[in-house]
Amino acid sequence: MSATQTQTQTQTLTPSMKRQRRADMRRNVFYLVLIGIGLVAPFVAYPVFLMKVLCFALFACAFNLLLGYVGLLSFGHAAFLATGGYVTGYLLASHPALTPELGIIAGTLVAVALGAVFGALSIRRQGIYFAMVTLALAQLVFFVYVQSPFTGGEDGLHGVPRGDLFGFISLRSNLAMYYFVFAIFLIGFAIIQRAVHSPYGQVLKAIRENEPRAVSLGYNVDAYKWVAFVLSAGLAGLAGSTKTVVFQLASLTDAHWHMSGEVILMTLLGGVGTLFGPVVGAGIVVSLQHLLAQSPLGNWVGPILGIIFVVCVLSFRSGIVGEILKSYRKNFK
Amino acid sequence: MTMIFGVPAAVFLGQLLLGLINGAFYALLSLGLAVIFGLLKIVNFAHGAMYMLGAFATLLGMRYLGINYWAALLLAPLVVGLFGMLLERFMLRRIAHLDHLYGLLLTFGLALIFEGSLVNFFGVSGARYPTPELLQGGFQLGFMFLPKYRAFVLAAAIVVCVFTWFMIERTRLGAYLRAGTENPALMQAFGVNVPLLITLTYGFGVALAAFAGVLAAPLYPVSPNMGSNLLIVVFAVVVIGGMGSILGAVITGLAMGLIEGLTKVYYPEAANTVIFLVMILVLLLRPAGLFGKEA
Repeated sequence: MSATQTQTQTQTLTPSMKRQRRADMRRNVFYLVLIGIGLVAPFVAYPVFLMKVLCFALFACAFNLLLGYVGLLSFGHAAFLATGGYVTGYLLASHPALTPELGIIAGTLVAVALGAVFGALSIRRQGIYFAMVTLALAQLVFFVYVQSPFTGGEDGLHGVPRGDLFGFISLRSNLAMYYFVFAIFLIGFAIIQRAVHSPYGQVLKAIRENEPRAVSLGYNVDAYKWVAFVLSAGLAGLAGSTKTVVFQLASLTDAHWHMSGEVILMTLLGGVGTLFGPVVGAGIVVSLQHLLAQSPLGNWVGPILGIIFVVCVLSFRSGIVGEILKSYRKNFK
Repeated sequence: MTMIFGVPAAVFLGQLLLGLINGAFYALLSLGLAVIFGLLKIVNFAHGAMYMLGAFATLLGMRYLGINYWAALLLAPLVVGLFGMLLERFMLRRIAHLDHLYGLLLTFGLALIFEGSLVNFFGVSGARYPTPELLQGGFQLGFMFLPKYRAFVLAAAIVVCVFTWFMIERTRLGAYLRAGTENPALMQAFGVNVPLLITLTYGFGVALAAFAGVLAAPLYPVSPNMGSNLLIVVFAVVVIGGMGSILGAVITGLAMGLIEGLTKVYYPEAANTVIFLVMILVLLLRPAGLFGKEA
């Protein structure tokens, strides 16, 4: 009896399953290597720069969840980044007893709430209208933040204390702060990775590929889109909250529509609809801004980003990671 | 002094006029967006930049070439329109077969290039353009003072809107355009040069934006960023009205300008945001937009 059982078990392990297992193995090793690189990175590069990259990478990953996996182009994600940042900044600055992780959670929750409202409004329209609605809503938020007293208006919030994580780990050192940010990034990335590879994520992709068909199969498409929107908004808020703690400031730059454009560029450049594309794109755009700021071309950041945008759309639509995946599939499978 | 709803009549009507003039700009810009959208199915994110280029063409034309306002009114839309046609021919056409979101992204990138480059040459503070001599001064209407130039802007915008409506609804070229909006493949089969039609349409839509830019030059500071903030409001106007009809775009534009003007009188803090709030209301009550056709 037991002999036949083992036999059927070995029989069910078809070659394709074996291949799948090997692929899973390879992926896990790949993830471990990347985490290892992340752990030693602050000893090689400047931690503050790395933290900036990680915050924007999380922001871009959150944005990519909508564009890459549901096919919704949000042109208003700056609103969630800024909301997370402002709420966390305001709470931490006005309540010194509050620990940073609670401030970040509060900022994220407010971004989730805003995402719930904006998501419900904007998914009522599709395609380019969706993009215009999200842009207009984000501009509304921008004007509200310009006028509200709690954001500090044009000046923004300065001197937000980093505080002590859980009340006893000081974040004043950049190294401690880095590992905290890295942990937040990993949590956010894991949530996205899990969502994309779950049955829920499969339905999202089905909506992206053919929305009427998903409707006809009985899926409540609007509910799926809304949940994705709220998740994306919340993670963008998490990125904004974390960024505020790192740099100890929150400003209108984060709420401006330029920021919504920048996150699109990061995602497009890295590869829309790939897990690591936004991370690579964020790394490149942040590095580029950093390098250009010190060079004589400092004033030309905007036009240069515009040129990259145009080149990406005209002839590099898969993005860096997308192209790598393409050639990998061609040569190794 | 006469009062209207608790506000002096002069203030009330003055703000209403200002609102109507803003509305004229919304109408011209959303009209151009609607014309382009009809045939190309893309949202022209560079529309604000084209409006700005129209204003700059006017300013620089006067400064370096001695072109006066009246010539600029004709030349600036022509030059910017030709420029737009080149962009369509060599860039937009290459991605026409793809998802229309790419068109949006491409034009957004172009807008970043134009605005960012001009900021480096002209700064962000903006330059003044003198009101043409013929239109200086104004009329004393008894209840309020009407500057001549503002009256001219309103009249010119309405004339151009009516002209556009006439072109599209009553001429042979307009009939081609409407047919192309419905079914470009069939049009092509009938022997109409659809790619050329698309290029001309984009050029015309962009020229409308540039025309608005010329009108704006003596009213507002001419600065590289003058278009982008306006464009976001125009997007909200377009969402409110829907891009289905020419008349709808014009009426919505003017109406939103008026609402904005009224808000300035009664609750100035919300003047920046009222159009976005109207947009939210419309999305809740009539998601397809006031004049929208899509389900």
